[in-house]
Amino acid sequence: MAEQTAPPQSTGVPDARVTGPDKPDSAVVRDALGVGIAVGLSGFAFGVTSAGSGLTLLQTCALSLFVFTGASQFALVGALAAGGNPYTAAAGAFFLGIRNAFYGLRLSQLLALPRALRPLAAQWVIDETTAVTLPQPTRRAARIGFTVTGFTLYVLWNLTTLAGALGAEALGDTGAWGLDAAGPAVFLALLAPMLRSGTERVTAGLAVLLLLGLLPVLPAGAPVLVSALAAPVVLFLRGRGKDPDETRPEAPTTPREAR
Amino acid sequence: MNIWIAIGLTAAGCYLAKLLGLLVPAGVLERPLVQRLAALLPVALLAALTAQQTFGDGQHQVLDARAAGLAAAAVALMLRAPFLVVVGSAVVVTAVLRAVL
Repeated sequence: MAEQTAPPQSTGVPDARVTGPDKPDSAVVRDALGVGIAVGLSGFAFGVTSAGSGLTLLQTCALSLFVFTGASQFALVGALAAGGNPYTAAAGAFFLGIRNAFYGLRLSQLLALPRALRPLAAQWVIDETTAVTLPQPTRRAARIGFTVTGFTLYVLWNLTTLAGALGAEALGDTGAWGLDAAGPAVFLALLAPMLRSGTERVTAGLAVLLLLGLLPVLPAGAPVLVSALAAPVVLFLRGRGKDPDETRPEAPTTPREAR
Repeated sequence: MNIWIAIGLTAAGCYLAKLLGLLVPAGVLERPLVQRLAALLPVALLAALTAQQTFGDGQHQVLDARAAGLAAAAVALMLRAPFLVVVGSAVVVTAVLRAVL
Protein backbone atom coordinates (compact mmCIF):
# COMPACT_ATOMS: atom_id res chain seq x y z
CA MET A 1 0.00 0.00 0.00
CA ALA A 2 1.37 2.87 1.19
CA GLU A 3 3.86 3.62 -1.44
CA GLN A 4 1.64 4.39 -4.31
CA THR A 5 1.51 8.04 -3.57
CA ALA A 6 3.18 10.71 -5.62
CA PRO A 7 4.99 13.86 -4.66
CA PRO A 8 2.60 16.48 -3.38
CA GLN A 9 4.07 19.15 -5.57
CA SER A 10 3.86 17.20 -8.80
CA THR A 11 0.75 15.12 -8.40
CA GLY A 12 -0.96 14.20 -5.22
CA VAL A 13 -4.14 15.89 -4.37
CA PRO A 14 -5.34 18.24 -7.05
CA ASP A 15 -7.22 20.61 -4.75
CA ALA A 16 -4.54 20.88 -2.14
CA ARG A 17 -2.28 23.23 -4.03
CA VAL A 18 -4.78 25.61 -5.53
CA THR A 19 -7.03 26.34 -2.59
CA GLY A 20 -6.29 29.21 -0.28
CA PRO A 21 -5.72 29.29 3.45
CA ASP A 22 -9.47 29.15 4.11
CA LYS A 23 -9.82 25.70 2.65
CA PRO A 24 -13.02 24.14 4.00
CA ASP A 25 -12.81 20.97 6.07
CA SER A 26 -15.00 19.15 3.57
CA ALA A 27 -12.45 19.72 0.80
CA VAL A 28 -9.69 18.27 2.96
CA VAL A 29 -11.84 15.27 3.80
CA ARG A 30 -12.60 14.74 0.12
CA ASP A 31 -8.88 14.77 -0.78
CA ALA A 32 -8.13 12.36 2.03
CA LEU A 33 -10.94 9.95 1.19
CA GLY A 34 -9.95 9.91 -2.47
CA VAL A 35 -6.43 8.75 -1.69
CA GLY A 36 -7.44 6.54 1.21
CA ILE A 37 -10.07 4.61 -0.73
CA ALA A 38 -8.14 4.23 -3.98
CA VAL A 39 -4.96 3.01 -2.37
CA GLY A 40 -6.71 1.12 0.40
CA LEU A 41 -8.36 -1.10 -2.17
CA SER A 42 -4.99 -2.20 -3.51
CA GLY A 43 -4.47 -4.16 -0.31
CA PHE A 44 -6.28 -6.86 -2.25
CA ALA A 45 -3.19 -7.25 -4.45
CA PHE A 46 -1.06 -7.64 -1.35
CA GLY A 47 -3.36 -10.24 0.20
CA VAL A 48 -3.32 -12.31 -2.97
CA THR A 49 0.44 -12.01 -3.40
CA SER A 50 1.19 -12.86 0.22
CA ALA A 51 -1.08 -15.90 0.29
CA GLY A 52 0.28 -16.97 -3.08
CA SER A 53 3.80 -16.73 -1.65
CA GLY A 54 2.91 -19.31 0.96
CA LEU A 55 2.14 -17.16 3.99
CA THR A 56 -0.85 -18.17 6.09
CA LEU A 57 -3.95 -16.02 6.47
CA LEU A 58 -2.86 -14.97 9.94
CA GLN A 59 0.67 -14.05 8.77
CA THR A 60 -0.69 -12.07 5.85
CA CYS A 61 -3.09 -10.10 8.02
CA ALA A 62 -0.43 -9.55 10.70
CA LEU A 63 1.78 -7.89 8.09
CA SER A 64 -0.89 -5.40 7.06
CA LEU A 65 -1.88 -4.69 10.67
CA PHE A 66 1.59 -4.26 12.12
CA VAL A 67 3.91 -3.33 9.25
CA PHE A 68 1.41 -1.20 7.31
CA THR A 69 3.74 0.14 4.66
CA GLY A 70 3.10 -1.49 1.32
CA ALA A 71 6.48 -1.73 -0.37
CA SER A 72 8.01 -3.31 2.73
CA GLN A 73 5.20 -5.84 2.91
CA PHE A 74 5.53 -6.82 -0.75
CA ALA A 75 9.31 -6.98 -0.41
CA LEU A 76 9.13 -9.25 2.62
CA VAL A 77 6.75 -11.80 1.13
CA GLY A 78 8.70 -11.73 -2.14
CA ALA A 79 11.98 -12.40 -0.35
CA LEU A 80 10.48 -15.20 1.73
CA ALA A 81 8.92 -16.77 -1.35
CA ALA A 82 12.32 -16.68 -3.08
CA GLY A 83 13.77 -18.68 -0.22
CA GLY A 84 15.55 -15.91 1.61
CA ASN A 85 16.27 -16.34 5.30
CA PRO A 86 14.11 -14.28 7.67
CA TYR A 87 16.90 -11.84 8.51
CA THR A 88 17.86 -10.78 4.99
CA ALA A 89 14.16 -10.68 4.07
CA ALA A 90 13.40 -8.41 7.02
CA ALA A 91 16.45 -6.24 6.29
CA GLY A 92 15.26 -5.50 2.75
CA ALA A 93 11.78 -4.65 4.01
CA PHE A 94 13.23 -2.45 6.75
CA PHE A 95 15.46 -0.50 4.34
CA LEU A 96 12.39 0.28 2.26
CA GLY A 97 10.63 1.52 5.39
CA ILE A 98 13.38 3.96 6.38
CA ARG A 99 11.96 6.72 4.20
CA ASN A 100 8.96 6.91 6.52
CA ALA A 101 11.27 8.39 9.17
CA PHE A 102 11.86 11.33 6.85
CA TYR A 103 8.15 11.75 6.25
CA GLY A 104 7.67 11.75 10.01
CA LEU A 105 10.14 14.59 10.37
CA ARG A 106 8.16 16.76 7.99
CA LEU A 107 4.79 15.79 9.43
CA SER A 108 5.95 16.34 12.98
CA GLN A 109 6.51 20.04 12.38
CA LEU A 110 3.23 20.43 10.53
CA LEU A 111 0.94 18.45 12.83
CA ALA A 112 2.57 19.47 16.15
CA LEU A 113 1.09 16.43 17.85
CA PRO A 114 1.20 16.06 21.65
CA ARG A 115 3.97 13.67 22.62
CA ALA A 116 1.49 11.17 24.04
CA LEU A 117 -0.25 10.87 20.66
CA ARG A 118 2.89 10.36 18.62
CA PRO A 119 3.33 6.62 19.21
CA LEU A 120 -0.25 6.14 17.97
CA ALA A 121 0.08 8.45 14.99
CA ALA A 122 3.38 6.88 13.96
CA GLN A 123 1.78 3.80 12.43
CA TRP A 124 0.03 6.01 9.86
CA VAL A 125 3.19 7.83 8.73
CA ILE A 126 3.43 6.52 5.17
CA ASP A 127 3.59 7.80 1.59
CA GLU A 128 -0.11 8.48 1.16
CA THR A 129 -0.75 10.30 4.42
CA THR A 130 2.34 12.41 3.78
CA ALA A 131 1.23 13.23 0.23
CA VAL A 132 -2.16 14.41 1.47
CA THR A 133 -0.97 16.20 4.61
CA LEU A 134 2.05 18.21 3.44
CA PRO A 135 0.24 20.50 0.96
CA GLN A 136 -2.53 21.48 3.42
CA PRO A 137 -2.57 25.23 4.10
CA THR A 138 -3.30 25.17 7.84
CA ARG A 139 -2.51 22.99 10.86
CA ARG A 140 -6.19 22.16 11.24
CA ALA A 141 -6.43 21.05 7.60
CA ALA A 142 -3.19 19.06 7.96
CA ARG A 143 -4.51 17.26 11.03
CA ILE A 144 -7.82 16.46 9.34
CA GLY A 145 -6.05 15.28 6.18
CA PHE A 146 -3.64 13.08 8.12
CA THR A 147 -6.33 11.54 10.31
CA VAL A 148 -8.90 10.86 7.60
CA THR A 149 -6.34 9.48 5.14
CA GLY A 150 -4.67 7.37 7.81
CA PHE A 151 -7.91 5.96 9.19
CA THR A 152 -9.49 5.22 5.78
CA LEU A 153 -6.33 3.64 4.47
CA TYR A 154 -5.66 1.55 7.58
CA VAL A 155 -9.18 0.12 7.70
CA LEU A 156 -9.46 -0.55 3.96
CA TRP A 157 -5.92 -1.86 3.53
CA ASN A 158 -6.49 -4.44 6.25
CA LEU A 159 -9.95 -5.47 5.05
CA THR A 160 -8.80 -5.84 1.44
CA THR A 161 -5.71 -7.76 2.59
CA LEU A 162 -8.01 -10.23 4.30
CA ALA A 163 -10.22 -10.46 1.21
CA GLY A 164 -7.21 -10.96 -1.05
CA ALA A 165 -5.75 -13.70 1.12
CA LEU A 166 -9.09 -15.51 1.26
CA GLY A 167 -9.50 -15.08 -2.48
CA ALA A 168 -6.05 -16.50 -3.17
CA GLU A 169 -6.81 -19.58 -1.08
CA ALA A 170 -9.97 -20.10 -3.11
CA LEU A 171 -8.07 -19.68 -6.38
CA GLY A 172 -5.49 -22.34 -5.59
CA ASP A 173 -2.45 -22.02 -7.87
CA THR A 174 -1.94 -18.27 -8.05
CA GLY A 175 0.75 -18.68 -10.71
CA ALA A 176 -1.77 -20.05 -13.20
CA TRP A 177 -3.77 -16.84 -12.76
CA GLY A 178 -0.71 -14.69 -13.39
CA LEU A 179 -0.85 -13.37 -9.84
CA ASP A 180 2.91 -13.76 -9.36
CA ALA A 181 3.19 -10.81 -11.77
CA ALA A 182 1.30 -8.57 -9.34
CA GLY A 183 4.32 -8.08 -7.05
CA PRO A 184 6.77 -6.78 -9.66
CA ALA A 185 4.02 -4.65 -11.23
CA VAL A 186 3.39 -3.04 -7.86
CA PHE A 187 7.10 -2.30 -7.45
CA LEU A 188 7.25 -0.82 -10.94
CA ALA A 189 4.22 1.36 -10.25
CA LEU A 190 5.86 2.63 -7.08
CA LEU A 191 9.19 3.16 -8.80
CA ALA A 192 7.97 4.96 -11.93
CA PRO A 193 7.03 8.29 -10.33
CA MET A 194 10.39 8.34 -8.50
CA LEU A 195 12.38 8.31 -11.74
CA ARG A 196 12.33 12.09 -12.03
CA SER A 197 15.91 12.77 -13.03
CA GLY A 198 19.02 11.13 -14.40
CA THR A 199 20.27 10.32 -10.92
CA GLU A 200 17.21 8.18 -10.16
CA ARG A 201 17.26 6.49 -13.55
CA VAL A 202 20.96 5.63 -13.36
CA THR A 203 20.47 4.30 -9.84
CA ALA A 204 17.56 2.11 -10.94
CA GLY A 205 19.48 0.81 -13.95
CA LEU A 206 22.56 0.01 -11.89
CA ALA A 207 20.45 -1.75 -9.27
CA VAL A 208 18.84 -3.95 -11.94
CA LEU A 209 22.25 -4.85 -13.41
CA LEU A 210 23.65 -5.66 -9.97
CA LEU A 211 20.62 -7.78 -9.14
CA LEU A 212 20.77 -9.81 -12.34
CA GLY A 213 24.51 -10.28 -12.06
CA LEU A 214 24.43 -11.30 -8.41
CA LEU A 215 21.34 -13.51 -8.53
CA PRO A 216 23.20 -16.72 -9.48
CA VAL A 217 26.13 -16.20 -7.11
CA LEU A 218 24.69 -14.92 -3.84
CA PRO A 219 22.24 -16.72 -1.51
CA ALA A 220 18.55 -15.80 -1.79
CA GLY A 221 17.72 -12.39 -0.37
CA ALA A 222 21.27 -11.06 -0.51
CA PRO A 223 21.22 -9.81 -4.14
CA VAL A 224 18.47 -7.28 -3.40
CA LEU A 225 20.34 -5.91 -0.40
CA VAL A 226 23.64 -5.63 -2.26
CA SER A 227 21.87 -3.99 -5.21
CA ALA A 228 20.73 -1.23 -2.85
CA LEU A 229 24.38 -0.12 -2.84
CA ALA A 230 23.59 1.41 -6.24
CA ALA A 231 22.19 4.39 -4.30
CA PRO A 232 25.34 5.41 -2.39
CA VAL A 233 27.52 4.52 -5.37
CA VAL A 234 25.61 6.82 -7.72
CA LEU A 235 25.51 9.57 -5.11
CA PHE A 236 29.25 9.27 -4.63
CA LEU A 237 29.96 9.29 -8.37
CA ARG A 238 27.72 12.29 -8.95
CA GLY A 239 29.42 14.27 -6.21
CA ARG A 240 27.67 15.21 -3.04
CA GLY A 241 27.14 18.91 -3.63
CA LYS A 242 25.35 18.77 -6.94
CA ASP A 243 21.65 19.42 -7.57
CA PRO A 244 20.52 19.63 -3.98
CA ASP A 245 16.87 19.80 -5.07
CA GLU A 246 17.03 16.81 -7.32
CA THR A 247 16.04 14.25 -4.78
CA ARG A 248 13.69 15.13 -2.00
CA PRO A 249 12.66 12.43 0.44
CA GLU A 250 9.81 14.57 1.71
CA ALA A 251 8.11 14.14 -1.63
CA PRO A 252 6.44 10.76 -1.55
CA THR A 253 5.43 9.24 -4.83
CA THR A 254 1.83 9.87 -5.69
CA PRO A 255 -0.89 7.38 -6.16
CA ARG A 256 -2.12 7.42 -9.68
CA GLU A 257 -5.64 7.39 -8.36
CA ALA A 258 -5.10 10.67 -6.61
CA ARG A 259 -4.48 12.59 -9.76
CA MET B 1 8.44 -19.96 12.71
CA ASN B 2 11.01 -18.37 10.44
CA ILE B 3 8.24 -16.40 8.77
CA TRP B 4 7.02 -15.09 12.11
CA ILE B 5 10.56 -13.98 12.96
CA ALA B 6 10.71 -12.05 9.69
CA ILE B 7 7.27 -10.52 10.31
CA GLY B 8 8.20 -9.49 13.85
CA LEU B 9 11.49 -7.91 12.81
CA THR B 10 9.93 -6.08 9.90
CA ALA B 11 7.01 -4.78 11.98
CA ALA B 12 9.32 -3.58 14.76
CA GLY B 13 11.84 -2.01 12.39
CA CYS B 14 9.28 -0.24 10.23
CA TYR B 15 7.35 1.04 13.24
CA LEU B 16 10.51 2.40 14.88
CA ALA B 17 11.46 4.16 11.63
CA LYS B 18 8.05 5.84 11.54
CA LEU B 19 8.20 6.80 15.21
CA LEU B 20 11.77 8.08 14.97
CA GLY B 21 10.73 10.75 12.48
CA LEU B 22 8.02 12.04 14.79
CA LEU B 23 10.23 12.05 17.90
CA VAL B 24 13.65 13.34 16.92
CA PRO B 25 14.21 17.08 16.79
CA ALA B 26 14.20 18.54 13.30
CA GLY B 27 17.71 19.00 11.99
CA VAL B 28 19.16 15.69 13.03
CA LEU B 29 18.10 13.96 9.81
CA GLU B 30 18.01 17.11 7.71
CA ARG B 31 21.57 16.90 6.40
CA PRO B 32 21.41 17.05 2.60
CA LEU B 33 23.51 13.93 2.04
CA VAL B 34 21.38 11.88 4.42
CA GLN B 35 18.21 13.14 2.75
CA ARG B 36 19.44 12.38 -0.73
CA LEU B 37 20.51 8.89 0.25
CA ALA B 38 17.14 8.29 1.89
CA ALA B 39 15.42 9.38 -1.33
CA LEU B 40 17.61 7.24 -3.55
CA LEU B 41 17.60 4.06 -1.46
CA PRO B 42 13.98 3.14 -2.31
CA VAL B 43 14.75 3.70 -6.00
CA ALA B 44 17.55 1.13 -5.92
CA LEU B 45 15.58 -1.32 -3.79
CA LEU B 46 12.40 -1.11 -5.86
CA ALA B 47 14.33 -1.51 -9.12
CA ALA B 48 16.17 -4.55 -7.74
CA LEU B 49 12.97 -6.07 -6.39
CA THR B 50 11.19 -5.54 -9.71
CA ALA B 51 14.02 -7.27 -11.57
CA GLN B 52 14.22 -10.12 -9.06
CA GLN B 53 10.52 -10.90 -9.12
CA THR B 54 10.32 -10.58 -12.91
CA PHE B 55 13.48 -12.35 -14.04
CA GLY B 56 14.39 -14.44 -11.03
CA ASP B 57 13.53 -18.07 -10.37
CA GLY B 58 15.35 -19.11 -7.26
CA GLN B 59 18.98 -18.42 -8.12
CA HIS B 60 18.48 -18.47 -11.89
CA GLN B 61 17.66 -15.74 -14.34
CA VAL B 62 14.67 -16.65 -16.49
CA LEU B 63 12.63 -14.97 -19.18
CA ASP B 64 9.02 -16.09 -18.93
CA ALA B 65 5.45 -14.80 -19.07
CA ARG B 66 6.09 -12.43 -16.15
CA ALA B 67 8.33 -10.29 -18.36
CA ALA B 68 5.46 -9.75 -20.77
CA GLY B 69 3.21 -8.93 -17.84
CA LEU B 70 5.68 -6.36 -16.59
CA ALA B 71 5.92 -4.83 -20.06
CA ALA B 72 2.13 -4.48 -20.04
CA ALA B 73 2.35 -2.76 -16.67
CA ALA B 74 4.98 -0.39 -18.04
CA VAL B 75 2.73 0.54 -20.95
CA ALA B 76 -0.17 1.12 -18.56
CA LEU B 77 2.08 3.36 -16.47
CA MET B 78 3.07 5.39 -19.50
CA LEU B 79 -0.63 5.82 -20.30
CA ARG B 80 -1.11 7.09 -16.74
CA ALA B 81 -3.52 4.31 -15.91
CA PRO B 82 -4.73 3.98 -12.31
CA PHE B 83 -2.68 1.82 -9.97
CA LEU B 84 -5.08 -1.10 -10.00
CA VAL B 85 -5.19 -1.11 -13.81
CA VAL B 86 -1.38 -1.23 -13.92
CA VAL B 87 -1.26 -4.25 -11.64
CA GLY B 88 -4.28 -5.85 -13.31
CA SER B 89 -2.79 -5.61 -16.80
CA ALA B 90 0.38 -7.38 -15.62
CA VAL B 91 -1.68 -10.19 -14.08
CA VAL B 92 -3.97 -10.63 -17.09
CA VAL B 93 -1.18 -10.61 -19.70
CA THR B 94 0.85 -13.11 -17.67
CA ALA B 95 -2.13 -15.41 -17.18
CA VAL B 96 -3.17 -15.28 -20.84
CA LEU B 97 0.37 -16.01 -22.04
CA ARG B 98 0.64 -19.00 -19.71
CA ALA B 99 -2.70 -20.33 -20.89
CA VAL B 100 -1.73 -19.98 -24.55
CA LEU B 101 1.86 -21.23 -24.42
